[in-house]
Amino acid sequence: MTNWPPPLHLVGAWLALVALLVLTVSLAHLPLGAFNAAIAMSIGAVKAAIVAAIFMELRHRDATTLIFAGAGLFWLGILLWLGMMDFLTRT
Amino acid sequence: MTDANYLNAEYSLRSWFFTTDHKRIAILYFASLILFFFIGGAAATAIRIELATPQADLVSSDMYNRLFTMHGIIMVWFFLIPSIPNTLGNFIVPLMIGARDLAFPRLNLLSWYLFMLGGTVTLFTVLAGGIDTGWTFYTPFSTLYSNSYVAVAVTGVFISGFSSILTGLNFIVTIHRLRAPGLTWYRLPLFIWSLYATSIILVLATPVLAMTLVLIAVERLLGVGIFDPAIGGDPLLFQHLFWFYSHPAVYIMILPGMGVINELISCFSRKAVFGYKFVAWASLAIAAVGFLVWGHHMFVSGQSLLASLVFSFMSFVVAVPSAIKVFNWTATLHKGSIHFDAPMLYALAFIGLFTIGGLTGLFLACLAYDVHATDTYFVVAHFHYIMVGGMVTAYFGGLHYWWPKMTGRLYSEYWARTAAVLIFFGFNLTFFPQFVLGAEGMPRRYHVYPPEFQVWNVLSSGGATILAVAYLLPLFYLGYSLFFGARAPANPWNAPGLEWQTPSPPPEHNFDQQPIVTRPPYQYSPDFKAEPQNA
Repeated sequence: MTNWPPPLHLVGAWLALVALLVLTVSLAHLPLGAFNAAIAMSIGAVKAAIVAAIFMELRHRDATTLIFAGAGLFWLGILLWLGMMDFLTRT
Repeated sequence: MTDANYLNAEYSLRSWFFTTDHKRIAILYFASLILFFFIGGAAATAIRIELATPQADLVSSDMYNRLFTMHGIIMVWFFLIPSIPNTLGNFIVPLMIGARDLAFPRLNLLSWYLFMLGGTVTLFTVLAGGIDTGWTFYTPFSTLYSNSYVAVAVTGVFISGFSSILTGLNFIVTIHRLRAPGLTWYRLPLFIWSLYATSIILVLATPVLAMTLVLIAVERLLGVGIFDPAIGGDPLLFQHLFWFYSHPAVYIMILPGMGVINELISCFSRKAVFGYKFVAWASLAIAAVGFLVWGHHMFVSGQSLLASLVFSFMSFVVAVPSAIKVFNWTATLHKGSIHFDAPMLYALAFIGLFTIGGLTGLFLACLAYDVHATDTYFVVAHFHYIMVGGMVTAYFGGLHYWWPKMTGRLYSEYWARTAAVLIFFGFNLTFFPQFVLGAEGMPRRYHVYPPEFQVWNVLSSGGATILAVAYLLPLFYLGYSLFFGARAPANPWNAPGLEWQTPSPPPEHNFDQQPIVTRPPYQYSPDFKAEPQNA
């Protein structure tokens, strides 16, 4: 028999993600105008943070790993920044 | 009787297909890439035969579309991107840094299986009838109109992307964690710096390609509006996402080539690379700034003028670190003891061809000229000078340089030099006329053209014939050397790198004793003798 402990924190994180998914779908049906998108994006950010911190175990990692994870986020920012520059300034 | 090495340790198929030895996996990649190179080359041959006359005489328009698409897809994703990292990199990186293997050997093998799976799916597309979208899969054609096997082809590329990500990840961790004692960052050979920069791009950009290809499939198969304006999408969004990966992918292709050139120029000039730190950081600068230039593929797409101006400016900026490298290689030659062995001929060819490719890239970074040159043969010539004149030449140079280490055999120097000269001549005759054709307005991706363009096309097709023969030559003399070549000593080039301080071919565990690095790379005494890094 293995002494492997049940990964309760992973189950908890998964349940949190499912709950947030239900919340996203529910709120999408409320007529909030532009806030619908803002709320959906905010919930998405929280979900990404849960995945990064718990599933990817970044909360236990050293600085080098955090720098690389941060680089992923930074490069996503570049994609959005320069991409939006086109969409927002088209005539 | 030869000493035990990674080649004679075991002979069974199982020992090859389930190996976790980075050297054997490199050989698996090498054999696979030869196959893909000649399939992609066959498509190019058919294209050049068709273009020898102004009218259509070999293939239909539809078949021509499928030919250049398969040529692009196979050459980009199944040859150029994996070529140096997965063959030479896989083999040499651990040896160069004094490690026993890459950090994740099993992930390395998984990477090869994913590559082969992606390649098989893509080759299935060829057998099933092909795909006609161009290698760029532009929407709305790829999502709405194309009647070819788009979803299957993007699946093949999607799978191979994971192979790229795993390789990049493996190299990053290996270079951080497995360097020999004493091998500080500024003692790393520049090949390692360039593969590190390449790996960063592989890890950061490839997921965006994967996501974009999935979005194509989602729109094409499920009708979700992402790129189609009729259902709420934006076709330029595809181009932004695609080029966010695919322009950095150009640097995935060329940075490893630049890394190889450092090794060759230094070894065959018997001098340290001039301005080591500048060259090292130029690799990282190219990797970083290379992410900020993708919009120069979209100057005539309807992108905003502000965006075009910014992308144009950044495209000029990214030329600076590339130019630093070219100037530094040239300065390295100055007062060196230059030897014109075959690898050096490839390196010198690279410098000339890459410079032409790079400078014509600046033409295309100019907004006004790009309007004239977009989708003409000028662009085709430009990127072939970078990818084939640059990258493939560097690959051949590196292959000849490390061939004795990889196989334990010496090849025919005469035939190797002949091939190098023929490649240089054939390449220029193939692609230089295409600059003229493009400047005169001949569009790419058409197989019929006005008769006044024929003379340049005949020159180009004639050059392609020479190039094809030149690319076939190594298959024979390197193949011959594999069985009949003289046994290679550990350090046939008298080079100072760690990979040369172990037998050729290396033992399974790479080094009998852990090397301790005591000096920077590329050190030669005043009488041009190598001073090994671990002496």
